[in-house]
Amino acid sequence: MADAAQTSHAVHEAPTGFIRKWVFSTDHKVIGIQYFFLALFSVLLGMFLSIFIRFNLVWPGTEIPLLETFFPVGAPGGVMTPEFYLAFLTMHGTIMVFFVLTTAPQGGFGNYFLPIQIGADDMAFPTLNMLSFWLTFVALVVLLAAFFVTGGAPISGWTAYPPLSALGEIAGPGLGTGQTLWIVSIAIFCVAALLGALNFITTTIDMRTEGMTLMRMPLTVWSWFVTAILGLLAFGVLLAAGILLLMDRSAGTSFFIPGGLVVSDQIIDHKGGSPLLWQHLFWFFGHPEVYIAILPGMGVTSQLLSTFSRKPIFGYRAMVYALFGIGILGFMVWGHHMFMSGMSPYTAIFFSLMTTVIAVPSAIKTFNWLGTLWRGNVRLTTPMLFAVGFVSLFVTGGVSGLFLNQPSTDIYLHDTYFVVAHFHIIMGVAAIFGIFGGTYYWFSKMFGRQMSEFWGKVHFGFTFVGVYAIFTPMHFLGMAGNPRRYPELTGFDFLEPLASIHLFITIAAFITIASQLIFLINFFWSLFKGKKAEINPWQATTLEWEIPSPPPHDNFAGKLPVVYRGAYEYSVPGEPLDYTMQTAPNPPES
Amino acid sequence: MLLAITIWIFTLITVILFTDLVPEMLELASGQWFPETASVHGAIVDAQFFNTLMVTGVVFVLAQVALGYLVFRYRERPGQTAYYYHGSNKMEWAWTAATTVLFFVMVSMGYGVWLDVYVHAAPEDAIQIEVTAQQFAWNIRYPGPDGQFGIVRPELIDDAAGNPLGLDPQDPTGEDDLVVPTMAIPVNRPIELILRSKDVTHNFSVRELRLKQDTVPGMMIPLRFTATKTGKYEIACSELCGMGHHRMRSFLDVLSDQGYADWLEDQSEF
Amino acid sequence: MATIAPPLPKPQTPSPGGSGDGFDRRDSGGDEGHGAGRPKSLPDRRYYTGMMLGLAAILMLFAAFTSAYVVRKGLSDDWQATAVPGILWLNSMVLLASSFTLEKARRWRQVQARFQGWWWATTGLGMIFLIGQIRAWQELVASGVYVNTNPSSSFFYLLTGAHAVHLLGGVMALLYLSWRVWRKNSGGLGATALGVTALYWHFMDGLWIYLFLLLLIGR
Repeated sequence: MADAAQTSHAVHEAPTGFIRKWVFSTDHKVIGIQYFFLALFSVLLGMFLSIFIRFNLVWPGTEIPLLETFFPVGAPGGVMTPEFYLAFLTMHGTIMVFFVLTTAPQGGFGNYFLPIQIGADDMAFPTLNMLSFWLTFVALVVLLAAFFVTGGAPISGWTAYPPLSALGEIAGPGLGTGQTLWIVSIAIFCVAALLGALNFITTTIDMRTEGMTLMRMPLTVWSWFVTAILGLLAFGVLLAAGILLLMDRSAGTSFFIPGGLVVSDQIIDHKGGSPLLWQHLFWFFGHPEVYIAILPGMGVTSQLLSTFSRKPIFGYRAMVYALFGIGILGFMVWGHHMFMSGMSPYTAIFFSLMTTVIAVPSAIKTFNWLGTLWRGNVRLTTPMLFAVGFVSLFVTGGVSGLFLNQPSTDIYLHDTYFVVAHFHIIMGVAAIFGIFGGTYYWFSKMFGRQMSEFWGKVHFGFTFVGVYAIFTPMHFLGMAGNPRRYPELTGFDFLEPLASIHLFITIAAFITIASQLIFLINFFWSLFKGKKAEINPWQATTLEWEIPSPPPHDNFAGKLPVVYRGAYEYSVPGEPLDYTMQTAPNPPES
Repeated sequence: MLLAITIWIFTLITVILFTDLVPEMLELASGQWFPETASVHGAIVDAQFFNTLMVTGVVFVLAQVALGYLVFRYRERPGQTAYYYHGSNKMEWAWTAATTVLFFVMVSMGYGVWLDVYVHAAPEDAIQIEVTAQQFAWNIRYPGPDGQFGIVRPELIDDAAGNPLGLDPQDPTGEDDLVVPTMAIPVNRPIELILRSKDVTHNFSVRELRLKQDTVPGMMIPLRFTATKTGKYEIACSELCGMGHHRMRSFLDVLSDQGYADWLEDQSEF
Repeated sequence: MATIAPPLPKPQTPSPGGSGDGFDRRDSGGDEGHGAGRPKSLPDRRYYTGMMLGLAAILMLFAAFTSAYVVRKGLSDDWQATAVPGILWLNSMVLLASSFTLEKARRWRQVQARFQGWWWATTGLGMIFLIGQIRAWQELVASGVYVNTNPSSSFFYLLTGAHAVHLLGGVMALLYLSWRVWRKNSGGLGATALGVTALYWHFMDGLWIYLFLLLLIGR
């Protein structure tokens, strides 16, 4: 068939020339690495912003020469003004949620390993894949441009609630061009994400090799699959919301802006819109988004726990159902971000009940992870440490969620540091641990060299202790009523006694951030000078461990594998080794 | 080994920190960590908080201890092999059911107080006070002796001239309205706040009374409560509203009946 | 302890169609292990899957717009129905006709001359639709109804505009495929390329009918 022959050519011919090979490549492996480095850059930038955030909370009014050089208008005399703090806060959240947690786990590892783990030679649509990455890149550039336009970056938070985000500069600095750039960036990101999601789903459905039935797919593949479905259905809604917000800002419409507004004694000529409409649209996307951020980490954790316990994952089917359960339910809980918003209290009860339901599949996964460790033969390699850390953090973040999903207790905890603690532990740490685990695990396959195990463990130690040191006290700040998004804590009597906790958190944060240098040095040094990797250093069973490190352009050198077994055949009785590859023929009768 | 110990130490520290709070709460001591509550519904909110803390606390400790234990107990040793086991459907059903029951029972206990605050109508004799938030201040309005709030028009708003709400001078019911930057209420009397906003979404919150509600422009949102302890409490904004979000500070004075009457008189004299 | 994994085993089932090209293997033996047998061979199927998914995403965009429409309409009393310009009826028929001509083109894909005729008819009708939409907007502007005149007019422009953007994409696809046929100058387009384009086009048609009804009934 003419089309098939053409596409097989497009995939099988390895490109030559630097641009085709490393810049505008359609090879999913190159694209995966591009996403990974985009995320790496973004996380460093996001951490950099958080340094200033934490610094300013403890030492406001300090003159910081670096700031004066880069932002003479936003930080005159090198002092962070409140609006400057809020701009940093907004960009920190936006960069981390979108350009780190929605890229590395899915676009990074997913892109690289989905085709390989299902025995395909590339994604279903390689050119579309390349387009997805470059659109994401453009989105990042547009976002960062907001720092440098008149008025600076927006100050409305990553959630950009109108009317604040809809009224323009009159409502605050950064809300003019800066906010517009933010919206445009997110809109571009939406398109990129939708194209990526489409690619992932099609690949998983249509490109599996012979013998790779759905129930033999590794849980990483399942997690990328469900994540992609979430993305496909959620990002369109965010795009719609962004378009409506742009229209309110530039076309004089009133989707979100009610009538009768007076800002700084100026009457606003809009009427009839609803700020709650934005919140509903945003969180309809926003809640699936946080599952998009965590599900791949769950997949990686399942993979690592099984591999390094030398034991099949406990309850594979239940794990798959749980992924779907979390995915589907994830679309029905968005209102728990809106308990205090003014929406109907009955609606609040509905969302609270649904959120309680979603705690169940999350608990099932936790039980199954523990069940995998039980009676295993546990090797505490660096990736395994991060997987165990993921479970610990997921439990902690999960139980704090149980306070927030109840509207009664949320009355007190809403918009306090308790919420900040909750989402950072789940997203800002657990999901990141999923990324770290994946990095240490797959580094050798991607780059052909090994990272230092010793320094990896040191990195883990500092980070694991560090993140708990940073975020556990935040729960107490929340319980004391410390509100979120306050640039300074000097305005209220009740905040005074909490200053010492903030100091502790800031010091812990600085130390933890500094210890990430260990990871960076290990990563980059190993990239060039690391010991050459064996083909299967971890003695794992999935398809990527049967091909060279790094793999050839078409992954399987023209011979697609045939799969006979599931992905977790460890310590099979009667087998000579404690692991059995998926391609090993003659499995026992089940 | 080290990992297990780290997890256990962290669990221990967390337990100590949290349970240290319980005696503080029960003694109603310093009140800084978790401020003493000063409203009727606040006591129930706190009770639900502690129910949740007990349940989640147990779950948390068990899970972390189990994690640390399993990692320690089944660490790789010569001669040890893993148990080739794909799982048990029975166990899946068992812990799914247990989790579901536990969580739903816990969560249902909290809906009563939620309905109290947000659904059940305020009693007839509730004192109505209007709160209008703006960038970056609170405007508290009392209806005055006639018990009616006067008409306000956005076009009449003039902060500088002292008419932040745009009270219509032509409306007689507005003549006795009292617009002030702080709030006072009598203790042990039902109050109904009517929350509004002039520009963007803010949030009216008083931590000791466990009050928190977004003030949404275009909406008038009721908030019902009864204060149980006299005192002066800070009002804070709890929804990002711009560069002055952190300095939208006001005060809620909970006074005796007489004190409240005196306060109203004092304010009206301005 | 640590040993290298055994080399890839030879597949147990013989694979007709050669061993060098993965697609050959998958083409012939590919239905095994993939569940139910499928009428189309796999390399084509992915384009259909991809297109269906893309349409699902577009559907969510318009679902969000619809929900905003419903909410906004019910919110305050400032909703004043926007009179639907008469030309929209004509445009709707044009678009429906284009779906018909597209199907005709697909049926005649083996006969280049016939195919070209029906294909250009479709492209032409698509362009006429878009021009018609522009006329509709001009009509509204001429009568003083702009995007910010009223919430209902905001939605009118938004919904018709968003649809037009997507249809323009469809027209560009039709043009691109025409160019491909002209360039290759041999045989017709594969059934797949035509199939997924048709999916997209008919979806846009159906979406238009839905939006049109929404704008009519929603008054």
